[in-house]
Amino acid sequence: MKAKVSNRQLGETRLGWMLSAPAVIILLAVTGYPILQAVYFSFFNYRMTDPDNRFVNWGQNYIVILTDPLWWQTVGVTLLLTVVTVAVELVLGFALALVMLNALRAVRPWVRTAILIPYGIITVVAAFSWKYAFDLGTGFVGTWLAMPEFDWFGDFWSSFLVICAAEIWKTTPFISLLLLSGLAQIPGDMLEAATVDGATWWQRMAKVIIPNMKAAIMVAVLFRTLDAFRVFDSVFVMTAGAQSTATVSFLTYNQSISQLQLGMGSALSVLLFLSVALICFIFIRIFKVDLAQARGE
Amino acid sequence: MRHTARRNRLRRGGLVGLAVLGLVAATGCAADISTPTLTWYINPDNGGQATIAEECTAEADGAYRISTSLLPNDAPSQREQLIRRLASRDSSIDIMSLDPVYVAEMANADYLTPVPEEYIDEFTDGVIPSSVESSTRQDELVATPFWANTQLLWYRKSVAEAAGLDMSQPVTWDDIIDAAAAQDKRVGVHGIRAESLTVWVNAMIESAGGSIVENPDADGAAEVELGIDSEAGRRAAEIIEKIAATGVGGPQLSNLDENAAMLEFQSDSGGFMVNWPFIYPATKAAVEDGSLEQAVFDDIGWTLYPRVDEDEEARPPLGGINLGVGAFSDHPDLAYRAVECIRTPERQSAYFLTDGNAPSNLAAFDDPAVQEAFPAAEVIAESLAASAARPLTPYYNEVTGGIQKSWHAPGSVDPESTPARSQAFILEVLKGERLL
Repeated sequence: MKAKVSNRQLGETRLGWMLSAPAVIILLAVTGYPILQAVYFSFFNYRMTDPDNRFVNWGQNYIVILTDPLWWQTVGVTLLLTVVTVAVELVLGFALALVMLNALRAVRPWVRTAILIPYGIITVVAAFSWKYAFDLGTGFVGTWLAMPEFDWFGDFWSSFLVICAAEIWKTTPFISLLLLSGLAQIPGDMLEAATVDGATWWQRMAKVIIPNMKAAIMVAVLFRTLDAFRVFDSVFVMTAGAQSTATVSFLTYNQSISQLQLGMGSALSVLLFLSVALICFIFIRIFKVDLAQARGE
Repeated sequence: MRHTARRNRLRRGGLVGLAVLGLVAATGCAADISTPTLTWYINPDNGGQATIAEECTAEADGAYRISTSLLPNDAPSQREQLIRRLASRDSSIDIMSLDPVYVAEMANADYLTPVPEEYIDEFTDGVIPSSVESSTRQDELVATPFWANTQLLWYRKSVAEAAGLDMSQPVTWDDIIDAAAAQDKRVGVHGIRAESLTVWVNAMIESAGGSIVENPDADGAAEVELGIDSEAGRRAAEIIEKIAATGVGGPQLSNLDENAAMLEFQSDSGGFMVNWPFIYPATKAAVEDGSLEQAVFDDIGWTLYPRVDEDEEARPPLGGINLGVGAFSDHPDLAYRAVECIRTPERQSAYFLTDGNAPSNLAAFDDPAVQEAFPAAEVIAESLAASAARPLTPYYNEVTGGIQKSWHAPGSVDPESTPARSQAFILEVLKGERLL
């Protein structure tokens, strides 16, 4: 039987709706409208500087994209980049979170600040720093590794490695921060009980810490996966998509901003949007990520 | 007590301040109301365009005032910003410094006010033909040639001498590649996947007697006809293949841009290089600040762009800036009066002296000050006269994007397949059947 809702509860619900309505309306206006317009444009052959030759081509843009090897290649590169960076960041981020949690009280603020510095640097600036460090003309990394004549941006794998390294360096602090909040939520008495019962460090980690952090880990992985899938800056700055390093976002940028092909570009944005939505769906429905739980609610 | 005194002081100070502001505003407003302000969107330079704007404002004697607004660093970003503004009918764009390759696209989209009849002769007489051509769309002058740029063949005298090359006579790509390969030196080219790759490929195809786009005046992307899959295209591919295969392009070939090529040319491995005239002032400055030896500077020579075939004159690249007047400007007449002032041969030679950007008007090269400051001026003028513009099609962006994709990396270029593959790919992109 459904509990009777009191007048006060009803009033509060109404007040809640009224308070959140302005934000919801603004959010719909600034996100819903562009999304709908992109969907609309995606059914046109529309070049911004050739408006006279604009015509509706229905689903042709989607057919061209989905049958073009370049699309699948960029999807492949983006997925590979996502998997590699998120996996490495998770391991490194966890280690850094442990360091931040267990550092001596006196040095803790310094450790946390030092770890967070890369995250505070603007992505484009970070990308340029990495580019200049590895560039054959200005770079020093080649000399350090005794490979002064090696062009890091000369083929796919070496370019990919540098892009991954830049991404990992830049966003590991974000993951470690999310994991730190998960670590901090594990009750101290639970760990003490495990220690008293004679559990080793590894057993405490595998049986107590990680299972209790599942929500925090999944949220960190979800956020980073969404971020990594939309990677743009590093690729744009370091290779401009050369050596087959173009990602889905870069391809979309190229079509809409450089080529001014609003129709094709919009179709690509719609597909990028659907991919991101699919990732969210997989995480929330299949891996059962509980966003509320991660916030400690 | 003290507080009241302070408050009074503050109030008095505030009143005086307001009165001063009011006076300034009143005088400023009076000038502003009667004098229309023209906004000139300029590409970054050493300040020469801003100086010209000031001079022309003074010369206009109250008829107009020119204020400059800075565009991004590279030409593609300049195009993006201008087009985004023009697509939303931005009336603040009165005058634009345009890269010649984007003139056709802007004219096709009706973003430019064509040059009025009364200025046409003045703006084209004595001007480098390729610069006029790059300002013209379907037989109509839609922009005004301002400054022009071209690439020269820069060489190390010691390397050329050791190879027995007579640099006073035209040389071919084969000559310089062989000379460099024999001495383990480099040939500086632009193999990076960027606009400079298209500049290079276009210059070689034009020098071999071909053209990337055969009907630049075509209406509609699907109507564009290409000449990449041709004998000229194959000759260009052969040269690129040879540079990559002999190793004279160096390890950085696929990422070599103008600046990187210059640094390589200035190093011990430098032999030959095609590049813009900025090499001369940049190398001179490097010697002056002590980062380069005088001997290197003394060893540098320059001549016309290399030929593809011995008996066919080279068509060096054309760069530079043309001036466009925005279609949505509130003062197109005044804007053209300002353009008339900006592009005079005297200002072009002064601009060459301050900013190192060569004039489009051949008369400007006669200035003795120009000849003294730029020993290469004579060769630059000769090179400009022979230069060929990149394809003047409204669909240039697809064409250059397609070239950059299909001719990169230089090591993968194959004369048998690259030109055909490149042509088929660009045609598909133009028809909206492929992604770029």
